[in-house]
Amino acid sequence: MRARIRTARKAMVLAAAASLGAGLLAGCADDGKDNGSDSPSGDSGGKTTISVGLFGTMGFKEAGLYAEYEKLNPNIKIAENSVQRNENYYPALLNHLTTNSGLLDVQAVEVANIAEVTATQADKLEDMSKASGVDKSKWLDWKWQQATTKDGKTIGLGTDVGPMAICYRTDLFKQAGLPTDPAEVGKLWAGDWAKLVDAGERYKSKAPKGTFFMDSPGGLIQAILGSEKEKFYDASGKVIYKTNPAVKAAFDLTAEAAEKGLVQSQTQFQPGWNSSIANNKFATIACPPWMLGTIKGYSKPDAAGKWAVAEAPKGGNWGGTFLTVPKSGKNVKEAQKFVTWLTAPEQQAKLFKVQASFPSAPSTYTMPEVTGATNEMTGDQKIGPIFAEAAKAAPVQVIGPKDQIIMQGLTDNGVILVTKGKSAEEAWDSAVKTIDNKLDQ
Amino acid sequence: MATRHDTAAPPAEGGAAPGRPPADPVSLEKERRRRDRLSRRWQRDIRWSPYAFVSPFFLLFVAFGLFPLIYTGWASLHQVELTAPTDMNWVGLRNYTRIFDDEFFWNAAKNTLTIGIISTVPQLLMAMGIAHLLNYKLRASTFFRVAMLAPYATSIAAASLVFVLLFGRDYGMINWALDMVGINPVDWQNDKWYSQIAVSTIIIWRWTGYNTLIYLAAMQAIPQDLYESAALDGANRWQQFIHVTLPALRPTILFTCVVSTIGASQVFGEPLLFDANQGTSGGAEHQFQTLGLYLYEQGWVAHHLGRASAIAWTMFLFLIVIGIVNYVISRRLRASS
Repeated sequence: MRARIRTARKAMVLAAAASLGAGLLAGCADDGKDNGSDSPSGDSGGKTTISVGLFGTMGFKEAGLYAEYEKLNPNIKIAENSVQRNENYYPALLNHLTTNSGLLDVQAVEVANIAEVTATQADKLEDMSKASGVDKSKWLDWKWQQATTKDGKTIGLGTDVGPMAICYRTDLFKQAGLPTDPAEVGKLWAGDWAKLVDAGERYKSKAPKGTFFMDSPGGLIQAILGSEKEKFYDASGKVIYKTNPAVKAAFDLTAEAAEKGLVQSQTQFQPGWNSSIANNKFATIACPPWMLGTIKGYSKPDAAGKWAVAEAPKGGNWGGTFLTVPKSGKNVKEAQKFVTWLTAPEQQAKLFKVQASFPSAPSTYTMPEVTGATNEMTGDQKIGPIFAEAAKAAPVQVIGPKDQIIMQGLTDNGVILVTKGKSAEEAWDSAVKTIDNKLDQ
Repeated sequence: MATRHDTAAPPAEGGAAPGRPPADPVSLEKERRRRDRLSRRWQRDIRWSPYAFVSPFFLLFVAFGLFPLIYTGWASLHQVELTAPTDMNWVGLRNYTRIFDDEFFWNAAKNTLTIGIISTVPQLLMAMGIAHLLNYKLRASTFFRVAMLAPYATSIAAASLVFVLLFGRDYGMINWALDMVGINPVDWQNDKWYSQIAVSTIIIWRWTGYNTLIYLAAMQAIPQDLYESAALDGANRWQQFIHVTLPALRPTILFTCVVSTIGASQVFGEPLLFDANQGTSGGAEHQFQTLGLYLYEQGWVAHHLGRASAIAWTMFLFLIVIGIVNYVISRRLRASS
């Protein structure tokens, strides 16, 4: 009897040890190829699974594009693995790229990071210009160039772009005695960002109590710089943000608006800012199409239809994503086919209709999905043409590897301080110190 | 012929009585060798098995503890970027020397120290008081004891996000409550001291219960007779606490101090999530950027692996100094008792 118990115990210990060991081995062996996505990549039941790594809500799934592709290609399954914030997604992606392991079949890259990826990781990614069915001329030229290396390799295909307009609350504008028709509102500040600040002063003199003209200093400086051809780097790749007069001018104009109390003391995409959308605390916001989705996300139902979109003082771009195919992925050929299909003009137009992600393929700008599109927040206004104009007017911007860091320094450690009572000079010094410390290797 | 045992013919192979030990010298020798072998194996077992039993930890430690430590040290002597970790440029001690005039580093070090003090001191005092109260006989004591651990079991991210909402400037509940009693709203995120207090609050909330349970466990190990005799001598509850409980808890207090100090020097999650920009700079003016955050910012936001490694090693040296100070104090304490 005792012997039997003992052997039983021994067997149990052995089993436990074996399963532990197996677990450890399994943990090491498949080096994160399936990386948290719940379905394994590779073959499953005769089907090829393409794993897609995204950040935020990019809307492919919501727009039904995966389902459509799976229908067109019965042997394909698509598994999406999305990380909420790019700030968390990008370092992990960079890590996987530098070690060349753990990469999914398709990886999205945000425009603020594309220069760094293009400059430092191009050898780990497929040249998408060589994939069959890819036609360079379908994309906005500058969008195509952003993901192209010096020696002519294109590592990612553009999905959306962020042509910028100004969204404004018609009800607040009316109360402040400003025009409400988009064309007239656009005229208030056409051609010059300083006129936007002037309009802000007009707004402030008769504004409803407790409201601000604009949502945040960060949003304003981002918008102004988005319309500049050169901002932080010159064409040769040198950091020029400190000496570029355009950057200082944008900073000073934003600081001026902050000193005059025209912008709310908030940081975008943070809880306080989110609540200020819900509480109708500001009248305007620099507005790429995707921003309408953000506004919708935080607004109370009664805000629907009260917004309108007017042209920005100057055409500019804010945001946009690229899809890349890592060479070490399991299904490189299939992934390339999929990305080519997903970024084709027809699919981009469908995405705009559902998700308001604005296409980077100009041929879509005359498609009914774009020209006829309306948005829940802006009521009957046809928003497509305004954004299409902005996209065409946007300059071919020089983007550099550390754009994100410099922009973040200027906003989060710079202009925001002016709304807290610092002088523009102090805020500039603080931003420059922070940025330089981060750029210094 | 006598039939003596030892001269009798051995039973036939497979005979009826095989139980007797084989008597021929060959099999005796065999048996001896077998025993030797067993004993050697036994000795080897005694000698080496413990190492095998503890090896999993140390193998893992070498792979995930020692190697990163050494690699970090090696990287700290180079200029190396996260985007190309194999592309190393020897710079000697430059990453260390530049720390001396890196105002962001010293700002972070100062913040770590002040947040550490603001959070650790009240936390341990409160834990001591609560443990003392829980040590009394009370109804549903298990419930209260388990409840103390609830904050510790909560995810740091969830807790911090709730605190961010509570401490919000415009729509936060705390400012709303302050407003009710006529106090002007406080900008919890942007004022240096208020933001540090807010971050410390999250830490205090999370760790007080944990320390309480440690103190409580130690208090329950104090013999009841001591209290009885103290009571006989006319000591009241307070005097009992001072003269019986505290001296008996001395080693425990020292332990919690060491653990809390180490924890405080590595504070990271709370300030990261408390940041209005959800960035790594610890507020617009770095007002609550801790060393942990600064290290993360250098390594994972700015991608300067070499600089980040140097900061990590400097922090490590700080901790060693703290450890030595603790050791000296505890030796003094032991000597005096």
